[in-house]
Amino acid sequence: MKAAVLVFPGSNCDRDLAVALTRAGADVTMVWHKEPELPPGLDLVAVPGGFSFGDYLRCGAIAARSPVTSAVIAHAERGGYVLGVCNGFQVLTETGLLPGTLMRNAGLKFISRPEPLRVATVESAFTRGYAAGQRIEIPIAHHDGNYFAGPETLAELRGEDRIAFTYERNPNGSQEGIAGILSANRRVLGLMPHPERAADAGHGGEDGAPLFAGLVGALQAA
Amino acid sequence: MKAIVTVMLKDGVLDPQGEAVRHALGSLGFAGVEGVRQGKVIELDLAETDEAKARAEAEAMCQRLLANTVIESYRVELA
Repeated sequence: MKAAVLVFPGSNCDRDLAVALTRAGADVTMVWHKEPELPPGLDLVAVPGGFSFGDYLRCGAIAARSPVTSAVIAHAERGGYVLGVCNGFQVLTETGLLPGTLMRNAGLKFISRPEPLRVATVESAFTRGYAAGQRIEIPIAHHDGNYFAGPETLAELRGEDRIAFTYERNPNGSQEGIAGILSANRRVLGLMPHPERAADAGHGGEDGAPLFAGLVGALQAA
Repeated sequence: MKAIVTVMLKDGVLDPQGEAVRHALGSLGFAGVEGVRQGKVIELDLAETDEAKARAEAEAMCQRLLANTVIESYRVELA
């Protein structure tokens, strides 16, 4: 199973994401944002957390217009898998691959702490490693994680079972406590919490590991 | 030609930063501030000299990058 992790100026979770994917069995290549093409034969593109382009203009806005991002959009449109974590989720909403946007946290503070989540659907390659409704704990670390979408979009996400993770106690004002969502074809996941920071006993928790194991397992079998 | 782009959150989108500013103004004794909305101003120096073309160009920039039209509206003024 071949994965690429994108690297933008200001990405800072790219290596953690690569380690988590590699340990789950993926063959990982790092791809600099100026590359106009992705390596051939990719199954997954992972967009890491961090502060791409210093969060200038809006979080993820500049990264979403980087050369490599056009290739990511084409990969997604071909039915390829894409995972966006934290800033990666912000980038994916800015590209339009995922609906809605991430606004400033309702309490205006940067929040960095483990946060209890609920696995809201197991119907995806990303969440198949969990039990339906399972409670897990994964760290969040963001200033702009307050999920916002119009009422039609929210109804669509709900109706199509595309809410992947919800917060147990909403830390940032997200509508419906949304922590992560899936695309209509269920092959693009964006989430604010950092599963790669809870993928090893040394992290103090391993609740993120089933995401990588489930995903790599599904794509290897495909 | 200069284009001045103003980007604001759309009506109905909660602006927590504007709210924080409103509270701070209240605590400084400025009574009667009933609402605060915070936005961005972006100045563009354009080579284009034709007003209609400059406006169309600036609006395309807003659509593609300068504003997130999910939550933001924009206004272009030429100077």
